[in-house]
Amino acid sequence: MNVRPKIADRESEPVHEPFMPSMHPVEFFQRDRTIHPPAYAPGYKTSVTRSPSKALLSLQGSLSEITGPVFGHNDIGLLDNDLIRNFAKTGDPIGERIIVHGQVLDENRRPVPNTLVEFWQANAGGRYRHKTDTYLAAIDPNFGGCGRTLTDENGYYYFRTIKPGPYPWRNYVNSWRPAHIHFSIFGTGFAQRLITQMYFEGDPLIKVCPIVKTIPDEAAIDRLIAPLDLNASLPMDTLAYRFDIVLRGRRSTLFENRLEGN
Amino acid sequence: MPQQLGYLKETASQTGGPYVHIGLIPHMAGFDIFQNNFGNVLAGATTRGEHIAIEGRVLDGTGTPVRDALLEIWQANAEGRYNHPDDHQKKKIDPDFRGWGRTGANFETGVYRFETIKPGPVDGRNMRVMAPHINFWIVSRGINIGLNTRMYFADEAEANATDPVLNLIEQEERRKTLIAQRTMRDGKPLYLFDIVLQGDNETVFFDV
Repeated sequence: MNVRPKIADRESEPVHEPFMPSMHPVEFFQRDRTIHPPAYAPGYKTSVTRSPSKALLSLQGSLSEITGPVFGHNDIGLLDNDLIRNFAKTGDPIGERIIVHGQVLDENRRPVPNTLVEFWQANAGGRYRHKTDTYLAAIDPNFGGCGRTLTDENGYYYFRTIKPGPYPWRNYVNSWRPAHIHFSIFGTGFAQRLITQMYFEGDPLIKVCPIVKTIPDEAAIDRLIAPLDLNASLPMDTLAYRFDIVLRGRRSTLFENRLEGN
Repeated sequence: MPQQLGYLKETASQTGGPYVHIGLIPHMAGFDIFQNNFGNVLAGATTRGEHIAIEGRVLDGTGTPVRDALLEIWQANAEGRYNHPDDHQKKKIDPDFRGWGRTGANFETGVYRFETIKPGPVDGRNMRVMAPHINFWIVSRGINIGLNTRMYFADEAEANATDPVLNLIEQEERRKTLIAQRTMRDGKPLYLFDIVLQGDNETVFFDV
């Protein structure tokens, strides 16, 4: 069994300190699947034929799962976190100027530094710059709709963009997506890989969205909703929303009763 | 009330959606925006090892190709070492090999393709060596949480027979869903690896 170190005094402090390197694979906590959408979620119709019908086979972490790609500043460009400017041709894109910022943490409350965060979204009218999007809202000639950044040493990230619009999609005949930004996050191991979507506080479409409703846990849905963050806004310039992201935590192998090989 | 452990909960997954290419492979969405793009070619001219290609399709429960799927792979180098600080095996890093790539299925044919090198065997748990394999992660519209699987190599039958992960699969017939067949095209080795999301030949997916 694992002996857990003492509980931190304050909630804001990391639960497990210090992190002890070990010859054992330092695996991730078992993923809590009760807070994730199941593969088969018939209210989101496309999932019906794209969901495995057999149980996933549970693997304990090996090097193949606890390692993952490492990215650096050479991988990204200077404008990659500025969606207002990274595709601007003749001027700024139309829409509400916003900053999205937050911290990438793990379940142990440890910041996840230097990890790649990617994001993509529709324009202010709810139209994607994608060859298969045929929604009648107009393409914005000055908006690409994607960006990426690395978290800093404390796990913080930020980017600037315009607020995306809601749009209709073919699920039920009158299904609409709430305004949202897609996120892709790596972490330090391939088993932490995550894609999710961020929603905006106060949007009435969130609670009626079939894709949001694939998540069976109300609190887990609430954690996808970014609050307005006036303190991080730029007066007379740009509003801000805060979105923290939590990746799986790692087990601390401080004491291991079973030696490798047993 | 006992003390609170204070762990955070993982952020819930949501589907990558039909426009996942915009964010992750914008040139497939139809535009050019980044100076550096991630892609499906993992191996450079000087990367050590046998240079191979992998092709296949992701198929849904009706047998239809999933033409908007996005796939990522993560693998060790030719010696069996991951380019990552937590891999402490006594093997050399290959400076010309990150070991990661991503691509999208072709919008018409549904075929995906990677160009890489064949990985070496990697030390597994409990001192058991894992046969050469490539880790796959698949997302798309209709996939609510990314699917993890592994590709093994048909020409490694001996190593596959003792692989600790393949041997966890109770139904021996299902192990075959993880083994890519080797062929040659234009004088170069090509492995064929279809991924079946649902049904009779459903690929074994892992909760990692």
